[in-house]
Amino acid sequence: MSRSRTALTPWLLVSPGALLFLGLVILPLILTVILSFHAYDHTTGIRNEFTLSHYATVLSDDYYLGIFWRTLRLAALTTLICAIIGAPEAYILSRMRDPWRSIFLLVIIGPLLVSVVVRAFGWSMLLGSTGLVNQTLQALGLGTVKLLYTETAIVIALVHVMLPFMVIPVWTSLQKLDPMVEAAAWSLGASHFTALRRVVMPQVSLGLLSGSLIVFGLSASAFAIPGLLGGRRLKMAATLVYDEYMHELNWPLGAAIAIIVLLANLVIMLAYNRMVEARARRTLG
Amino acid sequence: MQKNGPIALIFHGLVVTFVLAPLVVICLVAFTPENTLSIPTTSFSLRWFREIFVHPDFVASFANSLWLATLSATISVALAVPAALAIDRYDFPGRDALNGLFLSPLIIPHLVLGVAFLRLFALIGATGSFGWLVASHVVVITPYVMRLVMAALSGLDRSAEKAAMTLGASHWTVFRRVTAPMILPGITGGWLLAFINSFDELTMSIFVTSPQTVTLPVRMYMYATESIDPMMAAVSALMIALTAAAMLVLDRAFGLDKILVGQK
Repeated sequence: MSRSRTALTPWLLVSPGALLFLGLVILPLILTVILSFHAYDHTTGIRNEFTLSHYATVLSDDYYLGIFWRTLRLAALTTLICAIIGAPEAYILSRMRDPWRSIFLLVIIGPLLVSVVVRAFGWSMLLGSTGLVNQTLQALGLGTVKLLYTETAIVIALVHVMLPFMVIPVWTSLQKLDPMVEAAAWSLGASHFTALRRVVMPQVSLGLLSGSLIVFGLSASAFAIPGLLGGRRLKMAATLVYDEYMHELNWPLGAAIAIIVLLANLVIMLAYNRMVEARARRTLG
Repeated sequence: MQKNGPIALIFHGLVVTFVLAPLVVICLVAFTPENTLSIPTTSFSLRWFREIFVHPDFVASFANSLWLATLSATISVALAVPAALAIDRYDFPGRDALNGLFLSPLIIPHLVLGVAFLRLFALIGATGSFGWLVASHVVVITPYVMRLVMAALSGLDRSAEKAAMTLGASHWTVFRRVTAPMILPGITGGWLLAFINSFDELTMSIFVTSPQTVTLPVRMYMYATESIDPMMAAVSALMIALTAAAMLVLDRAFGLDKILVGQK
């Protein structure tokens, strides 16, 4: 085989995919950035004029800032609850014996494959004014609570959808932990709590960190959950963009919000990556 | 191995209940004979399943989603396998950048991708085209295929390939007769995962589908924002059943934990 052929082969292999991705990831993103600087007029539509006004509006108007603040708040809350539920659950799973271990792992991460619309719809039935949760509360003599179309409903359903993304990385990092190390800590006189804190936690923290990153990113850009459980009035970033595009028809403003969501996502990813790397370096000595 | 204490088991029970509750409720309500969303207690009925077939738009969306997911998963595999081979086997300039590009749809929110596709399709006059919808799905699902195929390739014992090469087999023959059969589990698992992800995709699709190309999740979302009746439960129950079937196949064939958790 000639030298030039060897040099060409990888290019021939990647080029179909690379062309598609250049044309359908890089190009549309660039077009969207450009679009977000276009002027918009409610009667004539998108105009060929450069403006920063969409970014200025979005970053100064209380209406938009309120939605951004809600998005960050609910995403952070979801991440926290997922960590509080997901990490112990992964630990419990890792201490089970087969077949229970595989069965319950399937139960916890399987719903990942069920459409988000279906899961959101399930929660809207559970949390509705005549739903199962309120029926139970009433039977217990506690009266009814308004849950559907509240932030509580959004967080409950987000936690449900995001939980597998927290369990998976924690589970993966637990798999790397030799159970005998924990047993060794006990035999050296450490209490269960100390062993958990000094032996298991340091191992799990990397998994917890990457899980939190995924959960936060996905929650902050979630669409179906706030759309179906928050109703028309409780908007989050994704439902806001959808409204600007489909109802207000103000594409440049919608594009500006989408770009802000993308940038925020990337910044958080990079910051987290730095943190994870620094931590890994410290652990390795 | 240590055992879980009673508190741990109670916690576990609550988590499992939380995870399964909405799915179980959907499956129960789907069989209600009533006109309202209620859990049937005395009698079960299939009327809401029959009701689906009175709505041809749901049936059309289902067929559309099935066709879309099949096409895009297949195209995605056809693009990802050679790309993964190149990235795994060769050292060439821009290799890491390309790898990052192929995995980038995982870190770009689907919302942003949807908006970006809509702009591109509007500019080239492709809004509402089924072909471009397939292309957009290929982009979103290819990272899943790439990851599984790359994992299969890196876990591969290369001595069999070298032996075939020494015996005079051409590159293509080596790939077809040696490499491909060995990474087949990765390819099939990737295809199925891509299929499911395409079939379920909502956030990106809602921006780029037209009334003629509405997918099932988009149709369901639109329907659920307008009204909620037990027919939604019946459609959802069917989707849960379909997913459960796909999940069992994936689990029997490859181990679902391996596919979703990633191979180490």
